[in-house]
Amino acid sequence: MNLTLKIWRQKNASDKGKMVDYPISNISPDMSFLEMLDVLNNELIEKGEEPVSFDHDCREGICGSCSLYINGEAHGPDRLITTCQLHMRTFKDGETITIEPWRATAFPVIKDLVVDRTAFDRIQHAGGFISVNTSGNTIDANAIPVNKQDADDAFSAATCIGCGACVASCKNSSAMLFVGAKVSQFALLPQGQVEATDRVLNMVKQMDEEGFGNCTNTGACEVECPKGISLENIARMNTEFLKASLKG
Amino acid sequence: MALDSKIPQGPIADKWTNYKNHIDLVNPANKRNIDVIVVGTGLAGGSAAATLAELGYNVKAFCFQDSPRRAHSIAAQGGINAAKNYQGDGDSTYRLFYDTVKGGDYRSREANVYRLAEVSTNIIDQCVAQGVPFAREYGGLLDNRSFGGVLVSRTFYAAGQTGQQLLLGAYSAMNRQIGRGKIKMYNRHEMLDVVKVDGKARGIITRNLITGEIERHSAHAVVLGTGGYGNVFFLSTNAMGSNVTAAWKAHKRGAYFANPCYTQIHPTCIPVSGDHQSKLTLMSESLRNDGRIWVPKHMKDVEAIKAGTLKPKDLAESDRDYYLERRYPAFGNLVPRDVASRAAKERCDAGYGVNATGEAVFLDFASAIQRYGKEAAHVKGLNENDTALVTKLGQEIIKNKYGNLFQMYEKIVDQDPYNTPMMIYPAVHYTMGGIWVDYNLMTSVPGLYAIGEANFSDHGANRLGASALMQGLADGYFVLPYTIGDYLSDDIRTGPISTETKEFEEAEKEVRERIEFFVNNEGSHSVDYFHKKLGKIMWNKVGMSRNVQGLTEAISEIKALREEFWKDVRVPGTNEEFNEELAKAGRVADFLELGELFAKDALNREESCGGHFREDSVELDGEQKGEALRDDENYAYVAAWEYKGEPSDAVLHKEQLEFNDIELKQRSYK
Repeated sequence: MNLTLKIWRQKNASDKGKMVDYPISNISPDMSFLEMLDVLNNELIEKGEEPVSFDHDCREGICGSCSLYINGEAHGPDRLITTCQLHMRTFKDGETITIEPWRATAFPVIKDLVVDRTAFDRIQHAGGFISVNTSGNTIDANAIPVNKQDADDAFSAATCIGCGACVASCKNSSAMLFVGAKVSQFALLPQGQVEATDRVLNMVKQMDEEGFGNCTNTGACEVECPKGISLENIARMNTEFLKASLKG
Repeated sequence: MALDSKIPQGPIADKWTNYKNHIDLVNPANKRNIDVIVVGTGLAGGSAAATLAELGYNVKAFCFQDSPRRAHSIAAQGGINAAKNYQGDGDSTYRLFYDTVKGGDYRSREANVYRLAEVSTNIIDQCVAQGVPFAREYGGLLDNRSFGGVLVSRTFYAAGQTGQQLLLGAYSAMNRQIGRGKIKMYNRHEMLDVVKVDGKARGIITRNLITGEIERHSAHAVVLGTGGYGNVFFLSTNAMGSNVTAAWKAHKRGAYFANPCYTQIHPTCIPVSGDHQSKLTLMSESLRNDGRIWVPKHMKDVEAIKAGTLKPKDLAESDRDYYLERRYPAFGNLVPRDVASRAAKERCDAGYGVNATGEAVFLDFASAIQRYGKEAAHVKGLNENDTALVTKLGQEIIKNKYGNLFQMYEKIVDQDPYNTPMMIYPAVHYTMGGIWVDYNLMTSVPGLYAIGEANFSDHGANRLGASALMQGLADGYFVLPYTIGDYLSDDIRTGPISTETKEFEEAEKEVRERIEFFVNNEGSHSVDYFHKKLGKIMWNKVGMSRNVQGLTEAISEIKALREEFWKDVRVPGTNEEFNEELAKAGRVADFLELGELFAKDALNREESCGGHFREDSVELDGEQKGEALRDDENYAYVAAWEYKGEPSDAVLHKEQLEFNDIELKQRSYK
């Protein structure tokens, strides 16, 4: 395949940045999208030019590092996958592909396609945990049965990889799907009940302080989420928030 | 220096308890004056950082990723072992201990493995208390499945993403301590050296991967939870960033490197598709619970499948060779990984590989789909003879169990594994070797600890499935927090460690010089160019099957490649910016040294054991003909290598392994 890539290049956080065109040829349809970028980078390095920076690590869709906005969609045109799981067979020979970083006030660009997502970590520091010390003396794991449906739903919420596609896809740059997923995981489990009030209030407060927008129920986040995290999690967080606010 | 493993006295079942009862403790007020550095935030590092902070130590944690949640433990799929015996199938601490020592082909340290089995049950309790959503049965209790090399169901899991859920549990425990200010977290920081003061590890030098700033960090002890070195093969199931640099720097500062040649080649990975390949993807061992592995019996069928004229699912049962079930009737498809990998290689080397490259075998779910489908139809009172219905119901159950794995496979290979068997082939996955540690998990450098995959102690020459997660969390949550206290109790009057000393200055200077070299070297090839070449040497000559000639060649080829790398590598950009090529250059430089030591270790060990298979050491006759042959008389030792400059000058120290509670036997899975 022969392609034209239009890639966002930005030297550092204070640089203005611009789109740059790169023609690329002899791409195999079996390559992953990131392997295609590896080919480009290798060519750039051997020509003495600067390679394109992008975040990536596990390359199997679970670490949440990769974060490309491809042809106007987070993680590209395919559904329920991350960029590293996108393969070139999804594109046509001769196509022009636009590649940009996540764009959100709370995710400033570090370089080229790499953004700073530590805002997500800070939201988790505010309440994304159950306060139990490591002792080895907690009660037996089977002492409290958990309804299978609740356990499965908690698991589904917990599969969030923290990539930030939800924020990048949202016209308000809202992080409600990300926060809702963590709040839901604990809200659905008996272990999470004790701190439920503080958790949701603290996490939402931090989310607002980081500069993420509000949810207006357009649902773009759910469509683009590589793990299929459902909007129900936002609804559940709203319920939890309301309950907590009434208590507080 | 003689190796002292510091194994406590007494019967094996009492060692850990007695040890804990007699170590020195640090009182809570003094813990506030003691700093600990933890490098790496995977299951081992993350759980250690959280627990040490809970205890009251001041923790500084470092990871090269943009968040601690992205450490590669996140990618572990199948599950975590624990001797809970919830299934009532006869499991016990002893049995888990026994299976692990046997699975490791009798090359691990008994006392460490027993302790691991002992604390395994605490891990499950702890994780459930943290809100880790393990799979449950309809009654609300935890579900289990089986893994290779064992005859009980002791594996706890969360679909095909158990590592993710456990890591997010450890990450949440860290977050609580970060929020309290007890852990100071350094994301996007890479450790580039260990600093020793008066012979003790007292700090590290790091590079901020965003700004390029070189920083000094001091502490009373340094803990490495920096994972394995599988990426020395370039292609592996490791993440792209996984590297040996932290461990190698520790080695260069005096930590012995143990059994580097013990590498796990995992039998069920997606085959290589071309030269562009950047990594390999694992298909969890849990799939071998339900998938049956086969190749055609007849060469004509192999040709027809390759040519596309015969669909694998249309090949008659009688024309298939379920070679694991044939060779190992007792364990069948659930033999340990080293055995399954070698068996796949044997069939493919004989010409029975089923894809274009001839390096793939089938992993087939058709019979499991029918079995589950029939059961579901029966439970629902539907027609068990309606094949279409049974298939549909069976596929739903398989999807529930392994959905994410099937989706990964479909995206990569572009085939639907619900309707045609998967194609798989072995790939580098895990390294049992690592930094030598004593019973306290302390390396040969006082105050420097290694935990999780970074150390060598628990898995011998082959790791059983679902035991890596167990070891990472056992070390971090339940072992290190005790053992490190015994050491730190001597440091309660030390006070803060200054970074303004000549030791820190010299270490920083060396780091800077190396970076300067890279960015100024006007070479002609990228870092990857050299890394791929190294990977090819390793895979072809130090891979699944090893011999004297290949290993000797590998040693000289790696040395030559290392020289070429230092002359001709090209690193664009500068230090003072986000520069991934610069970070990679440092890592590959270390892999080029480790690779040679790895081959040297493999050459030294003239026996076959676990993942280390020497063609000159096989059973020549009898029931076990062709299987790996250990040499307990001469090689029942840990090979711990001391750094002396060039890898070829490394000095071998032997820790003799003693087996008092388990009898050394030929490992049979027949």
